[in-house]
Amino acid sequence: MIRFDRVSKSYPKQNRPALCDVTLDIQKGEFVFLVGSSGSGKSTFLRLILREERASEGLVHVLGKDLAKLSNFKVPHMRRQLGTVFQDFRLLPNKTVAENVAFAQEVIGKPRGEIRKAVPQVLDLVGLGGKEGRMPGELSGGEQQRVAIARAFVNRPMLLIADEPTGNLDPQTSVGIMKLLDRINRTGTTVVMATHDQNIVDQMRKRVIELEQGRLVRDQARGVYGYQH
Amino acid sequence: MRAQFVLSEIGVGLRRNLTMTFAVIVSVALSLALFGGALLMSQQVNTMKDFWYDKVNVSIFLCNKNDAKTSPRQCSKGAITGQQKQQIEADLQKMDIVETVHKESAEQAYKLYKEEYGDTPIAATITPDQMQDSFRVKLKDPEKYKVVASAFDGRAGVHSVRDQRDIVENLFSLMNGMRVAALCVMALMLVIAMMLIVNTVRVSAFSRRRETGIMRLVGASSFYIQMPFIMEAAFAGLLGGVVACAFLLLGRYFLIDNGLALSEKMQLVEFIGWDAVLTKLPLVLVISLVMPALAAFVALRKYLKV
Repeated sequence: MIRFDRVSKSYPKQNRPALCDVTLDIQKGEFVFLVGSSGSGKSTFLRLILREERASEGLVHVLGKDLAKLSNFKVPHMRRQLGTVFQDFRLLPNKTVAENVAFAQEVIGKPRGEIRKAVPQVLDLVGLGGKEGRMPGELSGGEQQRVAIARAFVNRPMLLIADEPTGNLDPQTSVGIMKLLDRINRTGTTVVMATHDQNIVDQMRKRVIELEQGRLVRDQARGVYGYQH
Repeated sequence: MRAQFVLSEIGVGLRRNLTMTFAVIVSVALSLALFGGALLMSQQVNTMKDFWYDKVNVSIFLCNKNDAKTSPRQCSKGAITGQQKQQIEADLQKMDIVETVHKESAEQAYKLYKEEYGDTPIAATITPDQMQDSFRVKLKDPEKYKVVASAFDGRAGVHSVRDQRDIVENLFSLMNGMRVAALCVMALMLVIAMMLIVNTVRVSAFSRRRETGIMRLVGASSFYIQMPFIMEAAFAGLLGGVVACAFLLLGRYFLIDNGLALSEKMQLVEFIGWDAVLTKLPLVLVISLVMPALAAFVALRKYLKV
């Protein structure tokens, strides 16, 4: 699903590379936590998977494709098989819940009939059935994140990337979101989640990948958060 | 791709940027109106050339008896002799480029002059003595004037060779100057319009970076992401083009038919018809659509990367 082979990434005008010689493999259907302090390279790691950046050295394979060889033209097609969730939800404030979710399908040209079917389905799945017509501003943080997850999942991606999805939520709401992500993971979708949330990592007991100053320092099946910040 | 979705996005974009959109429309309209005006001006010049060149002659003025004192060397022997006259006429007839030769006597010239300028003070001082016999030569190709001039200018008995084109040529060069000026202003306006479009598109893309960011993430093609912006620019440009077309049509109407009514005041001039204006409109509209779209495309290439 994801393979990093001796991957390094340096940004111009920075002495230390953001990622340094990272090699790892993530299999289909895995649930992986990505931990590390701020500036450890988590975001760069995710951006490389999304092909928002290209690796300076080494090979990045996502969904069986070598991203270095993927032309700009084909990047959108690759991204259609990924779902992305962020700490700040990134919803469109002037669209309703249903429109926000439908947006992800409209802009890739899905037929209207399909959208009409898929949107209520996925909203039910994330537990927002009946709130289709609400505006994001009327929802709680947890509900907004559910909308964002619905939008990420509505195209049934093979891989879900979550960048601190619980970063803005209280612990109880976070648990709800994690249950939802776990459920999505059980449908066969690979989930890669960057987080700072110790409790969640410790509770879920999934694979943990820890980065420190751009280096891979731990890759542990059924791991815990493990470091103090 | 869903047309309704795209169209509603365009509407939202244009309304959000109303002042800039207005500026784009006005500058495109002005520049293209000038462009069309310049095209029409050159067509007007051509029409007038055809019209006038048909009517103008090369005149070969012959020496009269008064010219001996005042005029060039070849008239020093006084009036032209009959033999010289015949020789000139025979030579003219032999030339391929000559269509017709018409003899005009001094008396005829005097009469015509009196008819034309009858009541003016200058006309009162003119006497038949001062007029000259002349050949009025009509050429198949008015541009070949120089051949006639070089053949007869300076010949004994010929006072001067004059191309009447010189008179209308001044008018044409004035009109050409106006055309060039219009084209220069147009080029400037067009640059302004393009810069406005680039700026408008950037502002538009910036104010919608949330949408475009999400589009990128869920895998919308860059064509799909850029198209609303390009269509916005093209639509605003097209509105400007329509306004420019209106300017051209109104311009012809008020300058030629009505208002200034040049067609009544200058009856000797043949003006371009409506068909000339109408044939320019598609070009204006196409340019108004394509140029802004290209400008938008260029502006977005840097701004919306995959």
